[in-house]
Amino acid sequence: MISPDKGIGKWIEDRLPIFEFAKHSLVDYPTPRNLNYWWNFGSLAGITLVIMIVTGIVLAMQYTPHVDYAFDSVERVMRDVNYGWLLRYLHMNGATMFFIVVYIHIFRGLYYGSYKSPRELLWWLGVVILLLMMATAFMGYVLPWGQMSFWATTVITNLFSAVPLVGESIVTWLWGGFAVGNPTLNRFYALHYLLPFVIVGVVILHIWALHTVKSNNPLGIDMKGPQDSIPFHPYYTAKDYFGLGVFLIAYMAIVFFAPNFFGEPDNYIPANPMATPPHIVPEWYFLPYYAILRAIPDKLGGVIAMFGSLLILFVLPWLDRSKVRSARFRPIYKQFFWLFLVDCIVLGWVGANPPEGKFVLIGQVATAYYFSHFLIILPLLGLVEKTKPLPESIAAAVTTTGPPKD
Amino acid sequence: MRKVTLLLVIAIGFGLLSGGPRPAIAAGGAEYEHQEWTFNGIFGRFDRAALRRGHQVYREVCSACHGLKRIAYRNLMDIGFSEEEAKEIAAEATVTDGPNDEGEMFDRSGKLSDRFVSPFPNDQAARYSNNGALPPDLSLIVKARKGGADYLYSLMTGYADEAPEGMEMMDGMSYNRAFPGHQIAMPQPLYEDLIEYEDGTPASVEQQAKDVTTFLAWAAEPELEARKSLGLKVLLFMILLTAMLYAVKRRVWSKLH
Repeated sequence: MISPDKGIGKWIEDRLPIFEFAKHSLVDYPTPRNLNYWWNFGSLAGITLVIMIVTGIVLAMQYTPHVDYAFDSVERVMRDVNYGWLLRYLHMNGATMFFIVVYIHIFRGLYYGSYKSPRELLWWLGVVILLLMMATAFMGYVLPWGQMSFWATTVITNLFSAVPLVGESIVTWLWGGFAVGNPTLNRFYALHYLLPFVIVGVVILHIWALHTVKSNNPLGIDMKGPQDSIPFHPYYTAKDYFGLGVFLIAYMAIVFFAPNFFGEPDNYIPANPMATPPHIVPEWYFLPYYAILRAIPDKLGGVIAMFGSLLILFVLPWLDRSKVRSARFRPIYKQFFWLFLVDCIVLGWVGANPPEGKFVLIGQVATAYYFSHFLIILPLLGLVEKTKPLPESIAAAVTTTGPPKD
Repeated sequence: MRKVTLLLVIAIGFGLLSGGPRPAIAAGGAEYEHQEWTFNGIFGRFDRAALRRGHQVYREVCSACHGLKRIAYRNLMDIGFSEEEAKEIAAEATVTDGPNDEGEMFDRSGKLSDRFVSPFPNDQAARYSNNGALPPDLSLIVKARKGGADYLYSLMTGYADEAPEGMEMMDGMSYNRAFPGHQIAMPQPLYEDLIEYEDGTPASVEQQAKDVTTFLAWAAEPELEARKSLGLKVLLFMILLTAMLYAVKRRVWSKLH
């Protein structure tokens, strides 16, 4: 073992204190003693990112970014490359798992008020990661060059034509031509390879900010002394390993036994610009935004609402006026949190269905509620809600009197 | 502990979900029925005899119009054909190769390394011979249609001589219960005793449909058996490891409580 106190370890440590850094950030890092299993999803998201990058790099060695060969090269991976099917299914379903994990991570933040002072920048960096993930996933979906790849790209890139005056020029610029074609596929491939490393950079900032302001916790009160915290290792490393095991069981069950469950059969038909599929749908993790886009009868309005539904997360720390972080002590907010979650699921359900009949009205009501939650309910709750008394300290709440159940 | 149970229930739920068939939602009011397939479920495997018969149906019936270009003749050795048999099947095909030393393209008989030769040189030729309709390549057909194998079986057995009353059929189209929109350009391909099975199985329409669907399911997912058998080992390992990780976590945390 290399030790920082002697020999080569000391030589390195004197010049670059990497051992001290690792011990400080990964071992001693003081963590609230009362984190529940919802706090596992941050480290799970980081691990999923690594899995995506590793499988992605290996797939890139076999993939051909050309409209005439892309589909065939993916099928070659599936049929002729040793364990190519495993790599591709890991990567394809890894995207699904990544979004499941990150959405749970975000809703955990919403429930326990993790976006509030002093964690605004930590929250912002998280929203930036979400936006980058969505861009990366969208461009990755294009690469197999199936029917859904082609038509989803056509529909989504066309949204930019709604921009006044320069819309058409922007779309031509994005495509690198006058229709989705080979230049589009090439640039999306280049960016799909680049953006994950940008995500790694923002994740480092996210963790840096986290380690500066420290983790929030289910009580939403600050750590006041050593009795409130435990070192990250071994407590949370052990807990995270167990969570990782459970996560991998679910992930592997999908990869090995239902690898196409979240996919569209149409994407196993090679892209054909002359034949439009009867029903173009994005991947499941984009469905709520797709519903918001279609809820507004005006094209530009729909695009603004769709991007607005994400950008509004940036101002959330100032829309929520309540001083109390955790929903455990906010009886009314707690109800609205669950309503908001249901609203997001309804939006996803509407997004998966054609915009006809009842789905039009449901989509519009759900969209209106989505924005009302942020713009009306949260500011009002800060004024009118009577919160429950906060415990004196974390240690007082979880060691002698026992934790409040919720 | 309550939350651990919840997480485990979710994980097991995913597992059960994945063992079952995909939901049968057909577009355009089309209907199809669920069949028992030996390759469904977590222990799923292809029925070797059905694969062999299905290959015979493909070769004697479907291949007149439909290609299978992602399968190589060598792949037949993965499903129980001997090397000699696969070579014989390959040799029946004519492959355009070249250019040779004189710069000319030439025809030769197929080899194990060749992919199944498609019946038409290009889509235009295929449409020209088929009244304007394009018979799709069948390599991925089971994965590329909602309902998968159930859909394909229902399509093969879903022809009716007459369209229901009040339905206008376009010229040259056939009525089919399972096809979205119910009007299909492909005439009914399978009939009772259309082929004589090498193994003597009575060749009913249902039997031929079931066999060719099994064969095409393999063509779409040749990795299926390897995937499921590796998956069982991986899951078993992960469940044991996770149980141990839980014990470690309990032990580490017991110092705190």
